[in-house]
Amino acid sequence: MTSFTINGRIVTVDAEADTPLLWVIRDEIGLTGTKFGCGIGLCGACTVHVGGRATRSCITSVSAVDNAVVTTIEGLDPAGAHPVQMAWRSLQVPQCGYCQSGQIMQAVALLKDFPSPTDQDIDAVMAGNLCRCMTYVRIRAAIKQAAAMGSRAKDG
Amino acid sequence: MARPMSPRKGSRIVSRRAFVVGMAGACAAFGFTRTAGAAMDPAIAGGIPPVDDGPLFEPTVWFAIDGDGIVTVNIIRAEMGQHVGTALARILADELEADWDHVRITHVDTDPKWGAMVTGGSWSVWQTWPVFSRAGAAGRMTLIDAAAPLLGVSPSDCTARGGTVACGKLMISYGDIVRRGNLARRYTPDELAKLPIKPAAERRLVGRSVPALDIPPKTDGSARYGIDATQPGMVHARPKIPPTRNGSKVISVDDSAARAVKGYIRSLVLDDPSGTVPGWVMVIADTYPAAIRAADLVTVDWAPGPTAGVSEQDILDHAARQIAQTNDGVLLDTGGGDTRAAFGAAHSQLEQTYTTATVLHFQLEPVNALAFEKDGVFEIHTGNQWQSLILPTLAKALDRPVTSIVMRTYLIGGGFGRRLNGDYTVPASLAAKMLGRPVKLVLTRADDARFDSVRSPSVQTLRMAFDADGQVTAMEHDAAAGWPTQVVAPAFMLKGQSGAPYDPFAISGADNWYSVGAQKVRAISNDLANATFRPGWLRSVGPGWTNWALESFIDEAAHHLTADPVAFRLKLLTGTGRNAGSAPNAVGGAARQAGVVRAAAARAGWGGAMPADSGLGIATSFGQERDMPTWVACVARVRVDRPTGTVTVEKLTIVVDAGTIVDPDSARAQTEGGALWGLSMALHEGTAFHNGQVRDTNLDSYTPLRIGDVPALDISFVDSTEVPVGLGEPATTVVGPAIGNAIFAAVGFRPRHLPITPAAVVAALSAN
Repeated sequence: MTSFTINGRIVTVDAEADTPLLWVIRDEIGLTGTKFGCGIGLCGACTVHVGGRATRSCITSVSAVDNAVVTTIEGLDPAGAHPVQMAWRSLQVPQCGYCQSGQIMQAVALLKDFPSPTDQDIDAVMAGNLCRCMTYVRIRAAIKQAAAMGSRAKDG
Repeated sequence: MARPMSPRKGSRIVSRRAFVVGMAGACAAFGFTRTAGAAMDPAIAGGIPPVDDGPLFEPTVWFAIDGDGIVTVNIIRAEMGQHVGTALARILADELEADWDHVRITHVDTDPKWGAMVTGGSWSVWQTWPVFSRAGAAGRMTLIDAAAPLLGVSPSDCTARGGTVACGKLMISYGDIVRRGNLARRYTPDELAKLPIKPAAERRLVGRSVPALDIPPKTDGSARYGIDATQPGMVHARPKIPPTRNGSKVISVDDSAARAVKGYIRSLVLDDPSGTVPGWVMVIADTYPAAIRAADLVTVDWAPGPTAGVSEQDILDHAARQIAQTNDGVLLDTGGGDTRAAFGAAHSQLEQTYTTATVLHFQLEPVNALAFEKDGVFEIHTGNQWQSLILPTLAKALDRPVTSIVMRTYLIGGGFGRRLNGDYTVPASLAAKMLGRPVKLVLTRADDARFDSVRSPSVQTLRMAFDADGQVTAMEHDAAAGWPTQVVAPAFMLKGQSGAPYDPFAISGADNWYSVGAQKVRAISNDLANATFRPGWLRSVGPGWTNWALESFIDEAAHHLTADPVAFRLKLLTGTGRNAGSAPNAVGGAARQAGVVRAAAARAGWGGAMPADSGLGIATSFGQERDMPTWVACVARVRVDRPTGTVTVEKLTIVVDAGTIVDPDSARAQTEGGALWGLSMALHEGTAFHNGQVRDTNLDSYTPLRIGDVPALDISFVDSTEVPVGLGEPATTVVGPAIGNAIFAAVGFRPRHLPITPAAVVAALSAN
C-alpha cells in the first residue's frame, strides 16, 4: 500500500511497489491528462510534479512517492488558468496536444527556477520534452509570455 | 496518401467530382437523423457532446441549428493537431452568416451516411470547401425565407449576419426562427450544387484567425485520446510482436514465467482471417503495467516469415537493381516526348542517384484500440485517420457484417499518416471476440516502432540532357520504393501509360512543373520492401523523397551549367504548355511556383555575402500532387562545423502559395510543423532494417528534432483568393533539399543520402 497526496487529496493505492507512477495516476486514480509516450523517461509526456519538481512518472515507481505531494496537469490550477496554461491558449501552442500536459508541467517547473528564462535556459530545460508536431517555436514564445505575466503579477 | 473517392473510376478529375457529389448526395440518401451516440466534441472535457431534444433545423446532413441558435457542424475528419474542425466549421459558418460563438463541432461516428472517411493528403479544406460553403448558403437562405413571414416583411428585404436575420430595425435570431418557424426545408444535391458562394470580399470568418475549439482541453488534461478510452470490465493487452511483419507463424507459447505476475490472465494466439496481424500473440492482464511485465516474460517460438534476414542495404540494393533494369516499373503520363533521342543528341548530360533511409512515424501516442461487443454491435474506440479503409478488414477479421461494426472517434495523439493504416484495431477486436469482454490494446513504444508502417527507404536516379547552348532538352526520373497504396489500399492505385497500376503517392513530386523538354517519370515498386514491412504514408509521403532527389538534382544541374540555382529554376518554371496550369485548382501553373521561388530568395537575401562555412540553399515544390498544387519554396541558411561535421540550420525562409487561407494562424502552425518535420528527417531521424526489423525502437537511439535545434523561421503566405489547397505537408517537401543545397554552398559537399549525418559530412570533407 502506498499513500500520497495528488492534486490536494490523499490517496492510498494497492499497486505493486515497482509499478510506474504513470499507470497508477492514469488507470488507478483515473487522471488521464498525464500521457504515456516512450516509457523510458526520454519524451517528457508523462511529466508531473513531485514535491514541486518536474518528474518523469513513467520511470518513477509508485513506492518512491510514498507520503509525497504529487501534482498533475489537472491539479495545476482549479480553473486551468495558470499563467503557463493561459499563455499556451493565447499563442495556440497545441497541435495534437498529446505531449502538451508534459510540456506545460515542465515549463511551470522551469519558471520556478528561471523566472525570466533566456533561450538557452529554455533549450536546456525543455530539451527532455519531445513534441512530434514540432510546436517548439510556440512553446518557446509561450514560456516567455508566461514569464512576462508572472513578472507583471509580481510587479503589480 | 490515397484519395478518398471511389477507386477505378477513370481519370482523377472525374473521380474527384464524383466524390464531391457523393458527399453532397449523402443528405438525400440517408435522411437526417441526429448524430449518433458515438460522436466526439473536442471542445468539451471528456469529449461527449450534450443531447438536446428540442426543435432542430437540418437543411443538410452537415449541420443543425437548435432552438438556442447553437450551430453544430458535423466533421468527418479526424482531429490530430491540424484544428480541422475549427477550419471546416468556419467555412460553413461564414456562408451561414452564423455567430461564431454559437458554433460547435462534432466529430461523427462511422455511420455510412457520412460517405468516405479519410483524413490525409492535406485534402480536408480543399475537399470540404465547396460542400460546406453551399451547405451554409442553403441554411442562410432558408432562415431568411422563414424569418420574413415572422417579421412580416419580404425575404428580399432581409439580410443575415451574425446569427440574426434583419430587415431594417426588425430582427430575429436564428434560434428564434428555429423555435417558431417549423423549418423543414431540405436541399437535393442538384439544388445545393447550384447555390452561389459569396464573393471573397464578403467573407467574415474565412481568412481570420480564431481560437481553435480543440485547444483549451489540450491545456488542462481533459482532452480524451484513444489511449484514454475505458469500458467497464475491460482487460488490458500488450502484444508479442512476431519476428517478421508478414508470414510469421506461432509454433508454441510458454507463459509459465508470466504466471507469477500479479494480474496476468492469459496469452492468446490470434487467428486472423483478414491476415492483418499474422503471428500475433496477445498477453492479457488486469492492468496495463501487468500486461507489459507479463509480456516480457512470455516466450513465443515462431516460424518467421521469409524476410527475417532482410537488411536496409538489401532493400536499397534491390531498388538499385530494379532501376538498372530499364523495363521495370510503370511510366507516368508526362506529355510524351522521346527522351532517348534527346539524350542521344545531347551536348552534355548529368546523372545522379539519391537515397533515403527508413523513417519511423514515432507519433507520440503509441497505437492503441479498445474493442467490445455491445447490443449486437462491435464498437472500436480509437483514433484513426481512414475509417473507411479498415472497416471492411475488421468485418473480415471478425466474420460479421460491416454494418454491425462502428468506430468511435477520439482525438489522435499524432497521426502523420500512421493512423491511415488502422491495422492496430484488428488484434484488439480479435482478442475481444475471443474473450467475450472488452479488450484495450496499447503498444509500448518499442512495440509501436516494430509494428510501424514506416516510410520506405528509396533509391532514385535522375538524368538531364543539355544542348550546346545549355538549354535543358530532356529529363528522366526513376524512383524505387515500397508502395504504401499497393500494400495497404490497392484499390486506390492509378494506371500508368501502359495501363499497369502504380502508387501515385510513392512517385508524386517527380512529375514536376519544370519545362524540361522530353520527360520520363518511372515509378518502381520495391517488392522486397513491400514484403518486409507494410509501407506507410508518412507526412508528405512520396514528395518527401522524390523532391529530395529532384531539388538536389536541379541544384546540381545549375552548377553543371555554372548557373545560379535560383535563376536556373526560374528559367525552367516557364508556366507554358503542360505547365500552364488549369482551373480550378492549378490556376497560374508554374508561374505561381516561380512566384514563391522569387519571393523566398528575396526574403532570404539570396546572393548576399556569407561567412566562411555558411551557405544558402533553395528548394521548391508543388506540395503533394500535380492536380492540387500548393506552391512552396524554402531557403535554408546553414553553418557547417568542419571538425565534427555538425550541420546547424540557422534559418528557414519559407513562402507558401496555398490559394485562399482559411485560418492564417493554423496555416502558419501547420507550416511550422511541416517544415520542422522536413528538418528532422533531413538531419536527425532515419533508422535501418536489420534482420527484418527496424534497428531503432525508442528515443535512446531514434532522435527526432528537439527544441534546441529549432532554427529561426520566416514563414509567409501569398495573398490569394484562388481555391484553398493543402497545408499539412507541403513545407515538409522542401526543407531537406534546401538544407542539402545549402551544405553544398557552404563547404562544397553534395549530400545525396538522407539523413545527412555528421559522419557523412566529415568523411566527405576529409576525402577532399
